[in-house]
Amino acid sequence: MAVNPPISPPSSADPRAAAARADAAADALGRGYDVERVRADFPALAQTVGNRPLVYLDSAASALKPQAVIDAVTNIYARDCANVHRGVHTLSQRATKSYEGVRAKVKGLLGAASEKEIVFVRGATEAINLVADSWGGANLGPGDEVVVTGLEHHANIVPWQRICQRTGATLRAVPITDDGDVRLEDLDQAVGKHTRMVAMTHVSNALGTILPVRDMVAHVRANTKDALVLVDGAQAVPHIAVDVQDLGCDFYCFSAHKLYGPTGAGALWARYELLEAMPPYQSGGDMIRSVSFEETLYAPPPQKFEAGTPNIAGVVGMGAAIDYVQRLGWDAMWDHEQELLAYATERLTALPGLRLYGTTANKVGVLSFTMDAAHPHDIGTIVDNHGVAIRTGRHCAQPIMLHYGIPATARASLSIYNHRADIDALVESLQAVQEMFA
Amino acid sequence: MSDLRELYQEVILDHGRRPRNHQLPEDATRCVDGYNPLCGDRVKIGVTVDGEVIRNVGFEGDGCAICMASTSTMTEAVKGQTASAAHALFEKFHDLVTGAEEAPDLDELGKLAVFAGVSDYPMRVKCATLGWHTLEAALSGDKDEVTTE
Repeated sequence: MAVNPPISPPSSADPRAAAARADAAADALGRGYDVERVRADFPALAQTVGNRPLVYLDSAASALKPQAVIDAVTNIYARDCANVHRGVHTLSQRATKSYEGVRAKVKGLLGAASEKEIVFVRGATEAINLVADSWGGANLGPGDEVVVTGLEHHANIVPWQRICQRTGATLRAVPITDDGDVRLEDLDQAVGKHTRMVAMTHVSNALGTILPVRDMVAHVRANTKDALVLVDGAQAVPHIAVDVQDLGCDFYCFSAHKLYGPTGAGALWARYELLEAMPPYQSGGDMIRSVSFEETLYAPPPQKFEAGTPNIAGVVGMGAAIDYVQRLGWDAMWDHEQELLAYATERLTALPGLRLYGTTANKVGVLSFTMDAAHPHDIGTIVDNHGVAIRTGRHCAQPIMLHYGIPATARASLSIYNHRADIDALVESLQAVQEMFA
Repeated sequence: MSDLRELYQEVILDHGRRPRNHQLPEDATRCVDGYNPLCGDRVKIGVTVDGEVIRNVGFEGDGCAICMASTSTMTEAVKGQTASAAHALFEKFHDLVTGAEEAPDLDELGKLAVFAGVSDYPMRVKCATLGWHTLEAALSGDKDEVTTE
């Protein structure tokens, strides 16, 4: 494990958050990053697929869950099973305390200024829809422009496209480079006096590229004072320490299930004054202060954006997931993943006829590839027969496929519980693909 | 690996590598695009229909081995057949690849019987039927584009 990663994780400007992370990292390093011990925390790894031990290389689609998360979710249903914010009885108080307690954890995870800036949502997709609908609906009009990058997941394209159609605004896209990056000069070309929103991913789900968000935000600000910046952190939060103050963005969102938490939970962060000015997204119970048939007064943020009974167990599980990764430590996880990425890149590119997409130096453990021998869909079926789970297809990022002129890729994504044996199993299964289609 | 050989039979690998009728007929009376949005498989099928009879059929497109091979063997199987015979054959093929309770007569399917292994891979049924759905649309003439959702 004495391998130095080629790149350092983005550093934080917040000294307290940095110190907390350093402590956690020192703690983790004190014990050494013991991947086998981490693996033991994930019960799903203890199974066979096709009579072979499961090799899970699809964490970018959804990460496996540690026992701590499963226990937290179980505890809500088995013990603290009640609605939140409503009852005076003990169970409701316990559920409310657990649920509301997660806001502080998310605040810590993202470096937010206040718990009131944390809105619980179903996931990054809902967060972006919320901002597009609420902020976009109130602030966009003909002549305005929304800018996205060519690396976006469909979830950070389609909501903007729809709100542009509704409001008469125009959607523009910043092109990508052949190694799967976005150049600042191309961003400068796209952002101007008509830009009202720049929506960018922090990490590409299809290629693994880490975008230089802090520099990009600075360039947006230099070009215009009238644009807000939303960052889709769905693929970043599981890999890198995020600090929204350091990034300088206005909105940041992520999904719990990619961070070892439950599906159907996630969070949106926005500066409080933005949330205050935005109209509600959905309406109903729990988001109001008072209701009469003549008038409704809304609750202040974040409750204003949380209509109806929320995914209580999901949010509590998200809290347990945040605790889990912070115990492991960001630096230790990063070093482990980068070491594994270097090994996987070396082994995969040694296979004849294999082409890797997304080759920037600054990337997370995502290996998107095609093979001359076989279509990605056939690769997926054959490696699954070897117990290896990868994603194949367009990864909800059709514009990227279009850029490369390919219909699809196979994608292996690495996580904190992967070890070298997983890469060896993947390579062996890819050799079987080559034999089959020789 | 034995399981996989059930799916990827030699005939399928061969047609996947060298699809037959892999060009649109010059005198096509109708062309339809078929598209699988999940995996990006795409085929365009052209038919030359003379009354009830499929005089010629060909395709172009890009997809996985199962999709290419199924479309390729389909063109061979339906050329010269009537539209209703092609439709009946698709029904039998569909039963085969979805593992229908009442198994179709393999003799009637001829070469197409090599796709029996697909029924063990539910995620691949759409690959095997994209070409057929597209052909159906081309023959019925009611759609210009087909997607398998």
